[in-house]
Amino acid sequence: MTVVDQARASTYDLARVRADFPILAREIHGHRLVYLDNAASTQKPRAVAEAIAGCYEGWYANVERGVHTLSQLATAHRERARETVARFLNAPSAAEVVFTRGTTESINLVAEAWGRRHVGPGDEVLITGLEHHSNLVPWQRLCEERGALLRVAPIDDAGEVRLDEFERLLSPRTRIAAFAHVSNALGTVNPVREMAAMAHRAGALALVDGAQAAPHMPVDVRELGCDFYAFSGHKVYGPSGIGVLWGGSELLEAIPPWQSGGGMVQTVRFERTTYAPPPHRFEAGTPFIEGAAGLAAALDYLTAVGLPAVGAWEAELLALAVERLAEVPGLRMIGTARRKAAVLSFVMDGIHPHDLGTILDHEGIAIRAGHHCAQPVMERFGVPATARASFGLYNTCEEVEALAAALHKARELFG
Amino acid sequence: MSDLRDLYQEVILDHNRRPRNFGPLPEANHRAEGNNPLCGDRVTVYVDVEGDRIRGVSFEGAGCAISTASASLMTEALKGRSVEEARNLFHGFHELVTKGEEGEDLGKLAVFTGVREYPMRVKCATLAWHTLMAALDAKDQPVTTE
Repeated sequence: MTVVDQARASTYDLARVRADFPILAREIHGHRLVYLDNAASTQKPRAVAEAIAGCYEGWYANVERGVHTLSQLATAHRERARETVARFLNAPSAAEVVFTRGTTESINLVAEAWGRRHVGPGDEVLITGLEHHSNLVPWQRLCEERGALLRVAPIDDAGEVRLDEFERLLSPRTRIAAFAHVSNALGTVNPVREMAAMAHRAGALALVDGAQAAPHMPVDVRELGCDFYAFSGHKVYGPSGIGVLWGGSELLEAIPPWQSGGGMVQTVRFERTTYAPPPHRFEAGTPFIEGAAGLAAALDYLTAVGLPAVGAWEAELLALAVERLAEVPGLRMIGTARRKAAVLSFVMDGIHPHDLGTILDHEGIAIRAGHHCAQPVMERFGVPATARASFGLYNTCEEVEALAAALHKARELFG
Repeated sequence: MSDLRDLYQEVILDHNRRPRNFGPLPEANHRAEGNNPLCGDRVTVYVDVEGDRIRGVSFEGAGCAISTASASLMTEALKGRSVEEARNLFHGFHELVTKGEEGEDLGKLAVFTGVREYPMRVKCATLAWHTLMAALDAKDQPVTTE
């Protein structure tokens, strides 16, 4: 750590956080790993690995099925994990927490199970111009299938949603508005509380894609006033392959089953089947048992470090990165919203993002280069792709300096 | 791991900065579009074939240094060659960037030997060549590297 890091870490124990992530000690091409691809996926603290190992070594069995001790233990662990998620979101009840494979599956669940019933010909679905493909394509498919209209609230040159347009595009035909809490490609933090209120005034539901927000800021679904909130385990320092859909109880009660099979039923007869209440109604099949334990451990970890402190630290990293990157000749930042999470997209004159990705990798620096599953965002800014550095709770000022130095090196190489 | 300069050789950087035979070829009688959906690289290859000779070839599009330089150097390497020679050249080039084996006499194309160290970049290096093959085979569908 640099002196600056140490000074700033006096209120945030960065060294201790870093020590919790064994992977950060490894080398890439002879350099200490500088992991700046956190918006794609985050590294895991030891506590998560231990929770998963603890499951396999101490209490693994199938859930909900058996009367034997291990099955009861496994069921209890899973339901405790659900409670941990509910606390993390300040949700009124753990029964409102549906485990999914991730944000994508959470959104698909709503689009299919709720959408097919409530979105009909001539109805409208409103999204924004900064959505990840996973909060766009499911709605597009729903609209195509149901003869509904997909509306898109545009973003401005800074990468902020045009709220006036968002409000204007809400109509009595709008059934649901679906929008990101934080943009994965631009880092923009949307005023989701205001947007949810606008949607409600028009009589529409509000779904928030929280994949990029949950790792950076405290999330309170009651305060946000949304109807659905989705996020992924692997972006909050937990396992990949597990995620969450939160929905209000009354709303979930009224949604028919989605996937069907074991675990989501009450009684099954050839004539008729009755279904379990939420959340189990939406969890067909043997779930990712160890994943739920890992996710709960990740959320406990994040809560213990403290999300307000994490957010404050990442804001410092972002400010330093913006300053340093502005000094790189020919570098243009994409996404300059007033409120941003620690995500920095940029392009450089004469150097394609993929070449930047390769050059930085040589220095041990992992960034993302590409369209970030947000092709309409790339189109909006007239670029085929961007390079994206995204920060997490373990990144240091020294790593920001390493990024800047490597970009200067790339500039030299490409002339 | 090799030095970065092994991948980004001066010839590659030069062809990236100043791509040769860039732009549409009015007299082209074969044409195909290629794209790499993963990274958004896209290229159009124009070929003027008379009999079995390639009289002219050009390209346009946007991509990384490896794909741009590869397309540029490809157009230089192809002029005056027979279609059969072009196919052999592609085969040789493919072996070079995937296995590092230089069976054919590849001339300047040998500068792409560093690509074999970067499996993710093989698609960048071969996009223009796949597109060329599609143009010669007169396939109407855009080719992709996926």
